[in-house]
Amino acid sequence: MANFETVTVETDLLICGGGMASCGAAVEASYWAKKHGLKVTVVDKAAMDRSGAVAMGLSAINQYVDLNSGNNTLEDYLGYVRNDLMGITREDLVASIARHVDTSVHMFEKWGLPIWKDEDGKYVHEGRWQLMINGESYKIIVAEAAKNALAEAGGELIERVFITHPLLQDGKCVGAIGFSVRENKVYVFKAKATMVAMGGAVHVFKPRSTGEGFGRSWYPPFNSGASAFFALYGGAEMTCQEVRFIPVRFKDAYGPVGAWFLLFKAQATNALDENYMQTNRPELDNWLPYGHVKPVPANLRNYLMLLDVEEGKSPIYMQTAAAIQKIAEDAPDEKAAKKKLKELEAEAWEDFLDMTISQAILWASTNTEPEKKPSEIMACDPYFIGSHSGASGAWVSGPEDLQTDATKDEYFWGYTGMTTVPGMFAAGDASGASSHKFSSGSHAEGRIAAKAALAYCVDNPDAPNVDQAQIDALTAEILKPLDTFEQNKDATTDPDINPAYIRPTQFMFRLQKIMDEYAGGVSSQFKTSDKLIEKGMELMAYLQEDAPNLAAEDLHELMRCWENVHRMFQAEAHMRSILFREETRWPGYYFRSDKPAMDNENWLAFCNCVYDKETGEWTMLKKPVKRITA
Amino acid sequence: MPTFVIPDKCDGCKALDKTACQYICPNDLMVLNKDSMKAYNQEPLLCWECYSCVKICPTQAIEVRGYADFVPMGASVTAMRSTEDILWTLQFRSEEIRPKRFKFPIRKGVSEGQAQPFDHYPTADDDLHGPGLMGEPEALNTELGPVKFDKVPTL
Ligand SMILES: Cc1cc2nc3c(=O)[nH]c(=O)nc-3n(C[C@H](O)[C@H](O)[C@H](O)COP(=O)(O)OP(=O)(O)OC[C@H]3O[C@@H](n4cnc5c(N)ncnc54)[C@H](O)[C@@H]3O)c2cc1C
Ligand code: SF4
Ligand code: SF4
Repeated sequence: MANFETVTVETDLLICGGGMASCGAAVEASYWAKKHGLKVTVVDKAAMDRSGAVAMGLSAINQYVDLNSGNNTLEDYLGYVRNDLMGITREDLVASIARHVDTSVHMFEKWGLPIWKDEDGKYVHEGRWQLMINGESYKIIVAEAAKNALAEAGGELIERVFITHPLLQDGKCVGAIGFSVRENKVYVFKAKATMVAMGGAVHVFKPRSTGEGFGRSWYPPFNSGASAFFALYGGAEMTCQEVRFIPVRFKDAYGPVGAWFLLFKAQATNALDENYMQTNRPELDNWLPYGHVKPVPANLRNYLMLLDVEEGKSPIYMQTAAAIQKIAEDAPDEKAAKKKLKELEAEAWEDFLDMTISQAILWASTNTEPEKKPSEIMACDPYFIGSHSGASGAWVSGPEDLQTDATKDEYFWGYTGMTTVPGMFAAGDASGASSHKFSSGSHAEGRIAAKAALAYCVDNPDAPNVDQAQIDALTAEILKPLDTFEQNKDATTDPDINPAYIRPTQFMFRLQKIMDEYAGGVSSQFKTSDKLIEKGMELMAYLQEDAPNLAAEDLHELMRCWENVHRMFQAEAHMRSILFREETRWPGYYFRSDKPAMDNENWLAFCNCVYDKETGEWTMLKKPVKRITA
Repeated sequence: MPTFVIPDKCDGCKALDKTACQYICPNDLMVLNKDSMKAYNQEPLLCWECYSCVKICPTQAIEVRGYADFVPMGASVTAMRSTEDILWTLQFRSEEIRPKRFKFPIRKGVSEGQAQPFDHYPTADDDLHGPGLMGEPEALNTELGPVKFDKVPTL
């Protein structure tokens, strides 16, 4: 076996991941840990300053409930999220995040994040729930507060360690194991409580671009399914695994459209200049009551657009020039119009430069000046993200004070944010059924769960007892791809082509081909059926059998091996859940052609699943959707 | 490839104990060639064009060339990030379009490294098991808002 040193870290709370949720968790946990003499450790596969989905920055904070303005209530936010997810949402979780998110945003400002303000000193809203920011350094600033908090509380940040598996003992989570991507070291973390916040999953499906632009997914390619795998492997119940998010973005580079729709009030049209939201409106009647709510749910907006695409009415355009023209026309005089145009131009470009720089490159290289010509938009590929407009993730306990008599037995088991595995918590993209938390809500949810996790540590003060045999077995399994490569590489003249093993890039392509063709990817316009999924699962079983033959030349490739094992589990949970939910609930995200309609009567329910790592069996569960508001 | 390194500019981060680009890349792509002591992108297939490496390189040695499979040649987007703002230069494919320059602030009122995590707001509730978080309920309020919370809201 490859010769690796083992580093053992003992801690009270282990936070896996260094993204938005983890940064919130680190700040909050450090505050309470300092008071209670507890230790907090954060482990990230990258550098916290630029790790995760906010690496590039963002141009908007998408969740600000603005409670103290008196304009919005928690119920308003609940209504918005419930409708956007076609009725399937955990109201207790959404309300819990919504009541704490404004605090996160106010703190971001104290930490130095520039949030746009108007003449009266009020935040500039992009839409009802969104704030405009100069967000190039959003992640750096939020990470800075997290790091300073850890330092003040005697906590620890360990970067460039990739977490592969949870450590388990007597049905509880007692830490995690992984390896350094820089030195030959295996890291064993023994913890009283462990938070899973390793983001969502990208590249489970084949992206549209398969050449050099393969990495240009809308969500980042380094969100590789670690959260889902960690929770599944630990035996945690998962929810909404059939929900994937497919954003509509500017075509090819996936630049954001939010500012164009919300701030500049631009319209999208097909090639014939028709507004598909109007011409295809009657289709919304088939998805009631959600077809008639405002705003129209994101998946239905996609769906109306895709109907035009299927009818050959592409390209679909964002009418940028018309929108800018209209705003300039509304200015009182020519001078004001000129000034306004200049402002808008900077805003439009900053929107890209802050969070999707590739789109600025694409516009510059196609001589696109948005005030002069429209630009194409298109649905991206499917992503698994519990934080944005997706909902997939672990099934976690809600807070006690937000339950009703009817929900308490279903949605509450002691510690907010805890999965069904004692000691394992989840937040951000890792936790499910609490959609629309975005960057700020993920931070808030990290704070909520971290505090609860420390309460768990205080209530369960025994040092974690981890069986050495488990550590030894996992260490061997984790490092196996290095051995496989070493032992077999000289059997052929080209180390890439060798009958004894499969390298992670080809493994990923195989996974993506299965998902794309059988589970409703881009090439089938997101359509699938029971028969297709069943066939896809047959091919997936071969892939799973081949996974132990993954080979890695170095630490970087070892990370790629494990990322793709993680993706594979996300893929399987997805296929099983689509099959289990016998209806089409989210047309625009996916369409089951054998069950083309929504079936509210039978399926206004959460589809949950549990994986048993001992037997390899999956259990599918239906859980009721219970409202806590009238 | 998406990021590329200009050999004359890259000094292998001689003055640092590790190279800046390798330190920062969220996808572990930038590495140093130990023979030439120059950095390169080891897996351009998975580059997100996030510019984290571009912005941190002390010698401005890293640039991005748009993905060759769908981006026409000739344009460029370059970034210069200082402690307070970022300066962008956009060069279009057509020389007839004047290059655009934008400068945006990146932080406000707090200098680098100084974000103070605690104590901006008093924490009302000392109960580790209660719903109130650090700084709450005070941190829910702003000076402008008419509504003032004296406890964490419930439904
Ligand atoms: C292009 C784009 C635009 C967006 N626009 C907005 C917007 O305008 N407004 C808004 O509010 N939100 C927006 N979001 C959403 C927001 O970024 C996410 O909701 C948020 O970052 C989720 O937080 P998280 O902590 O769950 O995941 P992330 O922030 O992605 O963090 C995941 C962390 O886990 C680490 N990690 C992953 N795997 C492992 C492993 N195996 N071991 C150790 N560590 C690991 C990563 O390095 C990273 O630190 C956008 C996202 C993208 C990509
Ligand atoms: S642009 Fe981003 S993903 Fe690409 S090499 Fe640089 S830091 Fe890594
Ligand atoms: S950060 Fe710049 S100078 Fe340093 S190694 Fe990378 S490319 Fe070279």
